[in-house]
Amino acid sequence: MDVQTLGITVLWTFLYGYLVVASIDFGAGFYAFYSKYTKRDHLTNKLIFRYLSPVWEVTNVFFVFFFVGLVGFFPDTAYYYGTALLVPASIVLVLIAIRGSFYAFANYGSNDSMFYTFLYGATGLLIPAAMSTTLTISQGGFMRKTEETVTFLGTKLFTNFYSWTVVLLAVVSVLYISAMFLLYYADKAKDDPARDLVRKWALFWSGPTILACALVFFGLKNQAAWHYENILNGNWWWFAASFVFFVIAVTLVYLKKNYGLAFLAVMAQYAVAWFGYGYTHLPYILYPYIDINKAVVNETMATALVVVFIFGLLLLIPALYLILRLFLFDNDYVSGKHSKKA
Amino acid sequence: MFNDPVMLSRILTGLTLGFHIIFATVGVGVPLMVLVAEYIGIKRNDQHYILMARRWTRGYIVTVAVGVVTGTAIGLQLSLLWPSLMQVAGQTIALPLFMETFAFFFEAIFLGIYLYTWDRFKNPWLHWLIGIPVAIGATASAFFITTVNSFMNSPEGFKIVNGALTEIEPLKAMFNTATPTKVSHVIVSAYLTVAFILAAIAAFHLLRKKALSAAEVTYHKKGLRLTVIAGLIFAFSTALIGDFSGKYLAKYQPEKLAAAEWHFETTDEAELIFGGYLDEQADGSYEIKGALKVPYALSILAGGAPSTEVIGLNEFAKEDQAPLFVHYFFDLMVSIGMYLAAISALFVIAFRLKRLNPYNKWILRGIFIGGPLAVLSIEAGWMYAEIGRQPWTLYGIMRTADAATTSTHVGPMLILFSLLYLLLGTVSSVVLIRMFKNNPAGKELAEAHHTRGEAMFADDKK
Repeated sequence: MDVQTLGITVLWTFLYGYLVVASIDFGAGFYAFYSKYTKRDHLTNKLIFRYLSPVWEVTNVFFVFFFVGLVGFFPDTAYYYGTALLVPASIVLVLIAIRGSFYAFANYGSNDSMFYTFLYGATGLLIPAAMSTTLTISQGGFMRKTEETVTFLGTKLFTNFYSWTVVLLAVVSVLYISAMFLLYYADKAKDDPARDLVRKWALFWSGPTILACALVFFGLKNQAAWHYENILNGNWWWFAASFVFFVIAVTLVYLKKNYGLAFLAVMAQYAVAWFGYGYTHLPYILYPYIDINKAVVNETMATALVVVFIFGLLLLIPALYLILRLFLFDNDYVSGKHSKKA
Repeated sequence: MFNDPVMLSRILTGLTLGFHIIFATVGVGVPLMVLVAEYIGIKRNDQHYILMARRWTRGYIVTVAVGVVTGTAIGLQLSLLWPSLMQVAGQTIALPLFMETFAFFFEAIFLGIYLYTWDRFKNPWLHWLIGIPVAIGATASAFFITTVNSFMNSPEGFKIVNGALTEIEPLKAMFNTATPTKVSHVIVSAYLTVAFILAAIAAFHLLRKKALSAAEVTYHKKGLRLTVIAGLIFAFSTALIGDFSGKYLAKYQPEKLAAAEWHFETTDEAELIFGGYLDEQADGSYEIKGALKVPYALSILAGGAPSTEVIGLNEFAKEDQAPLFVHYFFDLMVSIGMYLAAISALFVIAFRLKRLNPYNKWILRGIFIGGPLAVLSIEAGWMYAEIGRQPWTLYGIMRTADAATTSTHVGPMLILFSLLYLLLGTVSSVVLIRMFKNNPAGKELAEAHHTRGEAMFADDKK
């Protein structure tokens, strides 16, 4: 594997990691607010926060890791995306800032405020919506390049139908992934009322999710023909496999069987779709300006980054395993026996 | 000004960093102090220190949240506001940037574990051990990110051939000439600042002693002792490293030191200028008025001896000179540093001598204002370091004006982020104050006392 393929695979994998953990987090924020609003928070919110509290910071790092790595491996992305995305990325930053800090204010600041929970829940849906537009932009057609600068065509993006289908997919996916995870977590905690409630959510969101997938898939043909061609050219099976995993996950939940396996199927469903999407997007990181083969950083730096990445993983994997052992796979903790905080 | 993307980008970056470093500094120092307090607590089986570690951690988590989100903001803003700079930086210093996120990752994971395992292990040392990676991660991220800043002051480890970067050596770029002094100064001054913030809290409580129970007085006295002793050690280390930094500047960035010291003519036996103001003459030169002048001190700062020749500002073209107001930032930073060393020394001497009362109202007041002053000094130091290397963003390589974005939307973003920091600053202060006000140490001491059912606190009369 050449160094640029290795680089983009690493980064794409991290973005996938972010997709999963952040979806759980974003969706959970929305559900926490929704249950509080409908006065059902006694059912679910202890469970939600028991999971979220130890991991909320970790989620954010996946994102930071991705954009730092992207600029590291492909410095040209800083120039193009940096110049063009000032406004949308700043909005995402403000939303992330409000969400992250108000989570801490609400949970550690001993202030059980409805308003804080609202901010936390609302931003949880706005962030993925705003972030997902970057995926649309990367397929080309929303930037104009001149001698001196790169301009982002915001109005064009805003009035584009395809762009909205991607936003829709992002939002419903967040709610679907999150509900599927909470279902598994509630089941593990042997919390029956919470489990029954989130099971309804999971089933409810599965429909819109698959509809939005189909919309995006067929919308691609008009929006980015080059990408659509790449998919049809022998790569459609990624998406077929994704659909199979979707059916497995929903069937298991419907039959009330093995929620752990169901969540794994959800992860697999998004993994194959995500990597299929990424693979067929190549060689472009930003169509048609950034080609992976031309934009890569010099060889020495790329090798150094890969070496550090491997050492980093040697540290991270045991640490992540430890946090999962303590807070996700520890039955006493999950069911609330160790929930006392500092 | 409102349609000048370069100026606006500078203001917005300065605003984000200026806000972030308050929380970042707390983030670097608190884990270390928590670790020390918990260590003493376990070692001496003293519940006061354990409670101290817990309470500091609880406040810490709120500051971490703001630190994390503003850190994310500055991380992305670097590419948004300085795309051309990041194109070069990506080629040369992606390595430490990347490593910083690993350090941050590491810290985030263990902080989550640390927070939720206080009562989980039978052996208290296990919990203490989990605090070690948190402290290491916190300091390591400061280390890596400061090497990036050092690179901007001293770009090394690459060659420019026909405008293209070649022969890149990532490790040389990271461990450049500025790295040792910059990194150590940033880390130790962060420890110093945190020691003083925590000392200021203890001093604040002891100043309103009448409202405290006997147990609370003991608790806060222990806290004050621990933090002021730490403050004394860090104040002297900071001063020592600051001296090295001065020597570094004299040798490698003489115009930065000269701007700070209003040193116009190259001379030996140079005097150090403190305070004062500049009076512009008809011929465009300056006369320094109202300043305190310390003979030989600048030569000693620059080279260790009065005979050291210090290069003056006049050797440099006007367009290569930093704004002269950085003098005030430099003075502010240095005088606060000296003040902190003096007040902590006074406390420790009084404590040792026993003839003086270290908890004297005036000493306590002096320590109390040391907290905010230390934060002010961090800000002043950064402003000096950053504005002092203008007009360069990469010293000698890339001018700030060529690095900034060409986008016309920086103005509205500046307003947006100003409002955000105003909101975060206000709410986090309110939350922190309320958190400790509603749950004073005495309440927790009493609770611990009752649940344990032992006479652990012989001095608790409340």
